[in-house]
Amino acid sequence: MMASSYNAKDEDGHITVTGPGGGTLRSKKPENTAFKQQRLPAWQPILTAGTVLPAFFIIGLIFIPIGIGLYVTSNNIKEFEVDYTGVDMSSPCFNCSQNFSWNSTTPCTCTIPFFLEQPYESNVFMYYGLSNFYQNHRRYVKSRDDSQLNGDMTSLKEPSKECEPYAYHDNKPIAPCGAIANSMFNDTLELFYNDPNGTKVQIPLTNIGIAWWTDKHVKFKNPGAGEANQNLTAVFQGTTKPLNWRRPVYELDAAANNDGFINEDFIVWMRTAALPTFRKLYRIIKSPSNGMMPTMPRGNYTLEVVYITTMSKNLGQNLFNQLNPDYPVRSFEGRKRMILSTISWMGGKNPFLGIAYITVGSVCFFLGVVLLIIHHKCGNRNNSADISN
Amino acid sequence: MERLHWVQHRCRQLLAGDSGRGWYSTPDGLPNKSSLEAHTPPHRVGGKRRTVFARHGPRQQDYEAVCKSYKGNAIRTTKYNLLTFIPMNLFQQFHRAANLYFLFLALLNWVPVVEAFQKEITMIPLLVVLVVIAIKDALEDYRRYLFDKKVNNNVVRVFCGTQKAYVDQCWKDVRVGDFVRLSCNEIIPADMLLLYSSDPRGVCYIETANLDGETNLKQRQVVLDLPSQGEEFTLDNFHSRIECENPNNDLSRFRGHETKAMMNNSGPRYKRSQLEKRLNMDVLWCVLLLIVMCLTAAVGHGLWLNSLKDPLFQVDGETSPALAAFYVFWTMIIVLQVLIPISLYVSIEIVKLGQIYFIHNDLDLYNEQLDSRIQCRALNITEDLGQIQYVFSDKTGTLTENKMVFRRCSIYGVEYPHEENARRLEVYEAEKNEVAAVDRSVTLKSGCSRKSLSCRSLSCNRSSVSLHTLTAESDEEDQLSNHIHPRTSAFCSRVAKEVIPDPELVRKLSWLCSPMLPLSDSSSGTPSNLELTYITDFFLALAICNSVVVSSPSQPRHVVPEARTPLKSLEEIKLMFQRFSFSPFSALSPPQIKGSPRSFTSRLFSRGRTGSSNFSTPPNSNATNGSEPVQESNLENLNLRRKLDLSSIVEGGHAGQVEEREMEDDIKEIKNNPNGARLDVELTKEVDCEGDSDDELLYEAESPDEAALVHAAHAYRCTLRGRSAESLMVDLPGIGSLTVQLLHILPFDSNRKRMSVVVRHPLSGQVVVYTKGADSVIMDLSETPKGAEQAQEIYSHIREQTQKHLDSYARDGLRTLCVAKKVLEEEEYEVWLKRQLLAESSIENREELLLDSAQRLETNLTLLGTTGILDRLQEEVPETIEALQKAGIKVWVLTGDKQETAINIAYACKLLRPNDQLLTASCGSKDTCTALLQDLKLEVQCEDGSTELTAAGDHGESSSGSGDGFILVIDGRTLDWALQEDLKSDFLELSCRCRAVICCRSTPLQKSQVVRLIRDQLGVMTLAVGDGANDVSMIQVADVGIGISGQEGMQAVMSSDFAISRFKHLSKLLLVHGAWCYSRLANMILYFIYKNVFFCGFSGSVMTNSWVLILFNLIFTSVPPLIYGVLDRHTPADTLMELPELYRAIQTTKVYVPYMFWVTVLDAFYQSLVCFFVPYFAYAGSDVGELTFGSPINASALFIILLHQVIESHTLTWIHMLVLVLSGGSYFGFVLLFSLFCATCSPPTNPVGVETLQMSQPLFYIVCALTTVTALLPRLLFRTLYNTLHRSAHMDQMDSEKYRKRMQRWNQSHSRANRVPVCADNPALEPSTASVVS
Repeated sequence: MMASSYNAKDEDGHITVTGPGGGTLRSKKPENTAFKQQRLPAWQPILTAGTVLPAFFIIGLIFIPIGIGLYVTSNNIKEFEVDYTGVDMSSPCFNCSQNFSWNSTTPCTCTIPFFLEQPYESNVFMYYGLSNFYQNHRRYVKSRDDSQLNGDMTSLKEPSKECEPYAYHDNKPIAPCGAIANSMFNDTLELFYNDPNGTKVQIPLTNIGIAWWTDKHVKFKNPGAGEANQNLTAVFQGTTKPLNWRRPVYELDAAANNDGFINEDFIVWMRTAALPTFRKLYRIIKSPSNGMMPTMPRGNYTLEVVYITTMSKNLGQNLFNQLNPDYPVRSFEGRKRMILSTISWMGGKNPFLGIAYITVGSVCFFLGVVLLIIHHKCGNRNNSADISN
Repeated sequence: MERLHWVQHRCRQLLAGDSGRGWYSTPDGLPNKSSLEAHTPPHRVGGKRRTVFARHGPRQQDYEAVCKSYKGNAIRTTKYNLLTFIPMNLFQQFHRAANLYFLFLALLNWVPVVEAFQKEITMIPLLVVLVVIAIKDALEDYRRYLFDKKVNNNVVRVFCGTQKAYVDQCWKDVRVGDFVRLSCNEIIPADMLLLYSSDPRGVCYIETANLDGETNLKQRQVVLDLPSQGEEFTLDNFHSRIECENPNNDLSRFRGHETKAMMNNSGPRYKRSQLEKRLNMDVLWCVLLLIVMCLTAAVGHGLWLNSLKDPLFQVDGETSPALAAFYVFWTMIIVLQVLIPISLYVSIEIVKLGQIYFIHNDLDLYNEQLDSRIQCRALNITEDLGQIQYVFSDKTGTLTENKMVFRRCSIYGVEYPHEENARRLEVYEAEKNEVAAVDRSVTLKSGCSRKSLSCRSLSCNRSSVSLHTLTAESDEEDQLSNHIHPRTSAFCSRVAKEVIPDPELVRKLSWLCSPMLPLSDSSSGTPSNLELTYITDFFLALAICNSVVVSSPSQPRHVVPEARTPLKSLEEIKLMFQRFSFSPFSALSPPQIKGSPRSFTSRLFSRGRTGSSNFSTPPNSNATNGSEPVQESNLENLNLRRKLDLSSIVEGGHAGQVEEREMEDDIKEIKNNPNGARLDVELTKEVDCEGDSDDELLYEAESPDEAALVHAAHAYRCTLRGRSAESLMVDLPGIGSLTVQLLHILPFDSNRKRMSVVVRHPLSGQVVVYTKGADSVIMDLSETPKGAEQAQEIYSHIREQTQKHLDSYARDGLRTLCVAKKVLEEEEYEVWLKRQLLAESSIENREELLLDSAQRLETNLTLLGTTGILDRLQEEVPETIEALQKAGIKVWVLTGDKQETAINIAYACKLLRPNDQLLTASCGSKDTCTALLQDLKLEVQCEDGSTELTAAGDHGESSSGSGDGFILVIDGRTLDWALQEDLKSDFLELSCRCRAVICCRSTPLQKSQVVRLIRDQLGVMTLAVGDGANDVSMIQVADVGIGISGQEGMQAVMSSDFAISRFKHLSKLLLVHGAWCYSRLANMILYFIYKNVFFCGFSGSVMTNSWVLILFNLIFTSVPPLIYGVLDRHTPADTLMELPELYRAIQTTKVYVPYMFWVTVLDAFYQSLVCFFVPYFAYAGSDVGELTFGSPINASALFIILLHQVIESHTLTWIHMLVLVLSGGSYFGFVLLFSLFCATCSPPTNPVGVETLQMSQPLFYIVCALTTVTALLPRLLFRTLYNTLHRSAHMDQMDSEKYRKRMQRWNQSHSRANRVPVCADNPALEPSTASVVS
């Protein structure tokens, strides 16, 4: 009986919006389901002072302690910073940064003494910091070839167009190509501890472990990394070094696991900074194994900066017309710094987060109080954020 | 929708269906001859003519020669085929601005100097959009293809040359020149010429609803001069050659895109909604914003470059700063492309589709009886439903059902109140309300639609609840079944048919039947003979003065060929009529009655007994026709019907009792008289049976009024039995079947406002004109007959009384029609006839002459009486109107009815309230109109002033409509003047101050003018509702047009934006869906703009992976707003229905107003600043890498966007939750996977290891939390304060109301839990539950 009634349908030219053709054999009566009749049980968040109030208090109560924790942690981090750009006449590095001599093969060294007022425990991280260096410039960021850096042989011979104009030199492909690699930071920093008894002890600096693990093992690979008896010199045969570099890429480090593209200094540099003022990890000063002594005790230290003469070359200018003794930042009013820092679970020293948390927490708390007043004044009768249906 | 792409031509040939006789025709390209006449203007179209020969006839060679040039009958409505799909679809898609924009961006990215992302990535959005739309188009086209296939494969019987018989063939294989045989209720597969019909007169009836939306049957005649109908049609003797015009635009095409219906059907219309217009403004602002931002960036870049001297990080030094700046500008446009919410347009369309899906699926908008849902034809104005301020409504068929029901009448100046009838209507009303709950098959017929009702299915389904599905039958069923489908017809609802006679009138009528004809009118209790003739004439007029087509369920529409014999001696009745004819009588012509009384009837009569009129009906047509199954179904029918009939008789009381008593008497008499008793008893039985089926005579009328009157006459046993071109078959009470010679029909026209028939009176033999028409006209035309004083006196008394009754009918909101007659003398008639024939044959001024001729005839009428027809209000109309008014919507009624009726309907539907002040504007000239408008304005103003003074305190209350208001009633003529340029403003001002306006006697043009005036001058959103062709212009003009798919065809529906079947659906459509759609969309747009502005506000350079950047908009954050747009409910539906005031509140608190756009933009800027600077300071000076820096920004952006939505949305269901979680999850999943496995992809911004490292560091979470909270704080605070302080009174009311309701429901369900299964979660069931409980 029902079946026969189902077969009777309306075919009188009514327009159906939905319902695929041929499926209209059923009665047109819509299904009485909660979804189709829009009767799904729903929570109706009517945000009123009464309902939001607790949220504000809770946020306040959570944020303020976090902020305090962050602030304290941040304050416990020790940080020391030395500017060695050498802009001032008085600066020890002024000479090195100003002088240049064509034939000088002896590197220029400047010595900066400094005094650490607090002892630095555990591992101390040594950074170089650059200011006003726009590593995030759009064209600059793109000027690299990731597949070349990943060890791809064809990309090694034929660098990506993105690298232009730092892709070829003298008809040879540049390895590593691109503006980022070309402008790699190349000051050498050394630290000496001036013993109270007058001796000058060089502090051992570790250059392993400063890059991300993924970068070193996944993203960056030397060409032919899988082959046995890998000879980097042979692999990079037929390529040329970046213009500004003194040495080719396969001579960056003596150690085989830190040479070529997987040189950690190189890797660190290749990870472009987000902000124009940035620091990059240079070396790690490991804490002494016995653990009793602080890594860097309170006292006098000397920073020695060894400038390796580099050639600055920009396209359109004559090649090699200028030989910079140092890493050139003064043309764009950049600054160079050396930073020593300990780190905590929240990273480097940064009081902002703590303060921000405390501020936001307090604001929330305050707003909570305000809402409480409002709620009591005029919202008494509608404190119902009810669940309908 | 595809239903209309081809238009079917349904045949309603109600002749001897499958008994082997059909009608024959040649298909395609051949317009049915009569239809050609009907539809083409007389002028010749210069096109080539086409010649057609029969395919299998004797002239086969000729056929071969011509047939090649003619196309087949297959139809193809698809836009594409497999090969052309991709190019054509692409071509069409690139007509959209949005796609062009995406294309522009993609191409821009291919320019190396400005390239921002990888080239391929910018293609993604474009590709996604293109593919999605292409898939949608492909599916649509595929559906169209399937439908075409279905249509093309419909089967029809075509003559096959080889088999020499009719064989089944698909429609697509039908060729020009084929002979096609169609049976009753089959669909016509092509243009055809009618060659043969089983009807003796060569007539068939077809329905053309698919062509022009007209549902009444049209008569088609076999081509004249063809072999006469009597002999069997054979193909061998068909030598004819058919010449016709080539298919051209002048013909109404029967199938394909160029049919009349298709031309009228503009398809889904693309009205621009208000919201969309404003949105476009805002998008322009966004563009401006983008340009400003890019310019800033470019200029800044140029200056910055200028200040630098050969920095190490400078890649190419030789580009001048200006050029670099120029490049940067374009780069920025690519980077910031998301600022322009182009995807918003796509999303809006998706959301609207979703909303329409829900509207379409709303149970409350479903009409059980018609089995029709709401049809949404305009896809993009859903949100306008939420902004309606003016509703213009048609009256007939929109507010009322357009099912005319005979309610009462007045004859001879005597009123017959029909109390029983009134009670019955009430009962019916109540019954109807219970229809949903009560399983009663009887009520089903009330839903009888325009379509035929299959009685066969009715009989097998009579106990099923779901019988409503039978109201329309499937085409397939039509074709497959070999049964005859008896049919009821339009306007044949049960309530219209079963008129319960007034006992008084029945008593008087029975005098006519009674043996002792009271020749003297002395006794007070008996009606005078004059009155009797009046009554008889009145009912005769009702029965014959119309254009009703008769059929019966068991037997196709057919004229009963032979005249029946009257029971009563004709002489006697003739005598009566002659005696009491008040006009000069001429007995020259003999009665036009064929046949002679049968012996036993005369014997009966001589015994002084009279049977019921049924006695005379011959059983032959029914019993002999039709095959076995038909009879079976008939029997079932009869049983069912008899039950119905009996019950109605029992209810009806008097009439039935009278009849039964008579019947019993009859039988007793027969028993007393053993001679021939057996025969008589048998006869009685048979007649009884017949009588029942006779009740099921089906009338098909052009207007519902006519049907109602015919049914009313039928109730008094004055039954129209059949009709042919020259005669009418009528049963008269006590007299029996008579053949009335039909001389002329002067059809109804709106100028004369009446129609007339000229007949030769069956009894008196005189030429009589019966006229039926609007009361004003008839009263004017009817004059006191010349003659005796007494007669004059009586007559003027009758007129007086009738006028009184007319007035009271009008007060009751009944439609009144007057019936009058005029007896023509033979010479008079001859004279008139000549001029009429002259007029008919004249070529020039034919119309005028005909009108003139008709007017000449229709003079000196004798008023017989008047009828009051009830056009009942649709259910819940008053409630709906009240709700609309409460919602702050002004309701105007525009009707063609006359003033009194309009006002009464307005009262009935509570548009008018008892203490409202009526302002009537009806004047004869423009000057008076001007003055009147001024006066009325003054009146309204001072009244307003006084109320303001007196009720200064609760002014708000009084204006909201609780007090009395002004109602302006304006008639068509006055409206004409009021709409003129100089009076416009006055009229507007006046109407603004009125609570409602009723325009009566208005033409369709005026309706649209009024709507346009209001729409343009007041700048408000208007909505027009109507059901008929006369409302089309109004519907099209209004911002939102709503068609009611009711009784009057499809025109209104075709031109509407939404089509509903009941006026009451309007309230839910507006109050709930409208409000929802509006707020949903508005909020979504804001949200989208917010999202887009937000995301790009932070940085000039790309610090995220470009994939993430593109996908961010495309995937991670696109679904939640869509869901939000489709599913959000700011207030529950039942609350919205209960408190229409909320509608206005939503309108006035406008969610999407210009300042909100800027608020949103500002908020977004704030959030993006937070999003950037919190991480910026957190990472300032650290060794953070570019991507490392971007990752917490992205993550917190996502959190902010999602939580922002939670704050803004009003409802959260599990779907919302799911989508939110999925969005977040997909982002993190994608990013993590990307950073794990993608060593060399996406070169400039290689994400390897970034996220994994980040997410292992607590700093990431700390930054994210801080950013999110800080960014959302202002919005949360704003929302909270807004909700707390601006919480409207309505909301409180709503809350308390809700609480009260819930408590009530709870109480009820608990107290009656044992007895009543309460479906608390189903609001649709609640009313019935409540009624059961109470």
